[in-house]
Amino acid sequence: MSEPTDLVRIEDVEKDYRRGGEEIPVLAGVNMTIPQGDFLALMGPSGSGKSTLLNIIGGLDRPTNGAIYVAGERVDTLSDRELAAWRARHIGFVFQFYNLMPTLTAEKNVDLPLLLTPLSRSERQKHVAAALAVTGLSHRAKHFPRQMSGGEQQRVGIARAIVTDPTLLLCDEPTGDLDRKSGDEILSLLQALNRDHGKTIVMVTHDPHASHRATRTLHLNKGLLEDHPME
Amino acid sequence: MKFFPVIWCGLKRKKARTILTLMSIVVAFLLYGYLSAVNTAFNMGVTVAGADRVVIRHKVSIIQLLPASYQARIERVNGVAKAAHMTWFGGIYQKPSNFFPQMPVVPADFFEVWPEFLLPEAQKQAWLRTRTGAIVGRRTAEKYGFKIGDRIPIQATIWRQKGGQTTWEFDLVGIYDGAEKNTDTTQLFFRYDYFDEARVQAKGSVGWYGARIQDPNQSALIAQAIDQEFANSPEETKTESEGAFVQGFAKQVGDVGAILAAILTAVFFTILLVVGNTMAQAVRERTEEIGVLKALGFTNTLVLWLVLAEALMLSFSGGIIGMGISWLLISRGDPTGGSLPNFFLPSHAFVSGFILMLALGAATGFLPAWRAMKLTVAEALRRG
Ligand SMILES: Nc1ncnc2c1ncn2[C@@H]1O[C@H](COP(=O)(O)OP(=O)(O)O)[C@@H](O)[C@H]1O
Ligand SMILES: [Mg+2]
Repeated sequence: MSEPTDLVRIEDVEKDYRRGGEEIPVLAGVNMTIPQGDFLALMGPSGSGKSTLLNIIGGLDRPTNGAIYVAGERVDTLSDRELAAWRARHIGFVFQFYNLMPTLTAEKNVDLPLLLTPLSRSERQKHVAAALAVTGLSHRAKHFPRQMSGGEQQRVGIARAIVTDPTLLLCDEPTGDLDRKSGDEILSLLQALNRDHGKTIVMVTHDPHASHRATRTLHLNKGLLEDHPME
Repeated sequence: MKFFPVIWCGLKRKKARTILTLMSIVVAFLLYGYLSAVNTAFNMGVTVAGADRVVIRHKVSIIQLLPASYQARIERVNGVAKAAHMTWFGGIYQKPSNFFPQMPVVPADFFEVWPEFLLPEAQKQAWLRTRTGAIVGRRTAEKYGFKIGDRIPIQATIWRQKGGQTTWEFDLVGIYDGAEKNTDTTQLFFRYDYFDEARVQAKGSVGWYGARIQDPNQSALIAQAIDQEFANSPEETKTESEGAFVQGFAKQVGDVGAILAAILTAVFFTILLVVGNTMAQAVRERTEEIGVLKALGFTNTLVLWLVLAEALMLSFSGGIIGMGISWLLISRGDPTGGSLPNFFLPSHAFVSGFILMLALGAATGFLPAWRAMKLTVAEALRRG
């Protein structure tokens, strides 16, 4: 069993992709733990497997070998249906390109994950309002994505990720598509969520500036975590 | 339905495309509704009026003639109240597009067998006095401005007169009305004695007989008895209810039902491709969005249903609007001004329309829905 403080435990995770007849190793035996309340930055060159690892932690992809435990539960052996339900309950995703529904307003976008819960309409509305307030976007609730700046859209993305109060917040290059100023605002928001709301966050980035905001940084290179990263 | 915004969001994405697709579905169902009414009108004919009548025609086909002498023998059959005959004249008034039927009849018998043709007594008497007299229905009289006293020349296409003359002239002595709303008042009737005397060919023959029967419930038995009477004679007969007869007449033009079915099949096949393409494109464009929904925890099955619901919503909104418009158009009445007296949208058309909408939605939604279901999140979210 994992230590009670280790929210995530990753054991010998390997991942190969098959392209044509060839097996391409992407993760070559990753071991790590993420304690409750951590704000972890995952760095590494492009193509080093950062997104793959994040997706495996979040139950979007399955490892070829190894095991993943989240809050004491082994997740890589769940069925597709169980995994979907598990994601809805435990994981909040933030994407590099925000990935909002273009024809839904900010509040309807944030409402999406709540549709999978048994909450009533008015309860959902309360949660949506709270999430938008935390991300500082209450005044944008009725706006469509195209009416908002990139930074604002990403804050909607974060509101959508935290509205169900997930166990784990996973961010794949959340500032990768933003200018420095907007990116800083997003990083401050993530810091605040970690510090003030106790959210455990894993953030993939290749920007050292971003990783400095995290409490801890791990480097991935050629499918392995490096012990002595070169900075 | 809390997922409605998600379904709606797919349709709203490309508004112009959705509207165009919707419009093509509307047109298809409008055609479907309208042609259903046309088909029904053809099949119903004037059955409603002729429940107590049978029609006796030549066994081989309706264009073969029968002897005039059959009338007395028909009337002797048990259960027959009265018989009268008609013959297709098929003439042209001024130009071929001025179509209305003309038929020689024996006036006294005629009114007894077809009482739905209402002629004032004075005009009836005038007709009995005038050998070249003719009566015409209200609709045709109004259409061509015929008035009593007019001399109406009809160009024969079948029946030449003695001396080779092809123009027949009739003196209009009466204008009849219909007893029922759907009584056909487009026809012109003239006297058989004048016709038989003046024609060159086939003297003593008639086109078909109508017979009033005493008990409509016995019509099948009586029809059998009539055909039995003429069995093994040179001109055998086929007796059927008036409705069946009118249908057979319409089939001279072609099998209307089959033609309409062919048109609708073509229309719906096209629509299937149009809507199917729209749905396929709509889902392909939204690969990433579907990936996001799955990342948020939407199950594969739920995604399948959402895409299917989107296709069904498209086909049902188009279908309901289309059928609604056809219903509005149809309720304005017979578009031919009299040829299709029973023109309405039959209730079974709504039922099969509903099934069509369901089938269209399912057929066009299934493949994209299946693809959306099979999509893995990691694949869907990978860029470039
Ligand atoms: N679904 C896939 N099929 C084939 N190869 C993949 C797939 N996903 C990722 N890869 C490959 O795995 C490697 C790591 O990808 P990724 O985890 O996205 O890297 P990073 O996020 O660090 O840039 C890359 O070489 C990529 O091409
Ligand atoms: Mg990546």
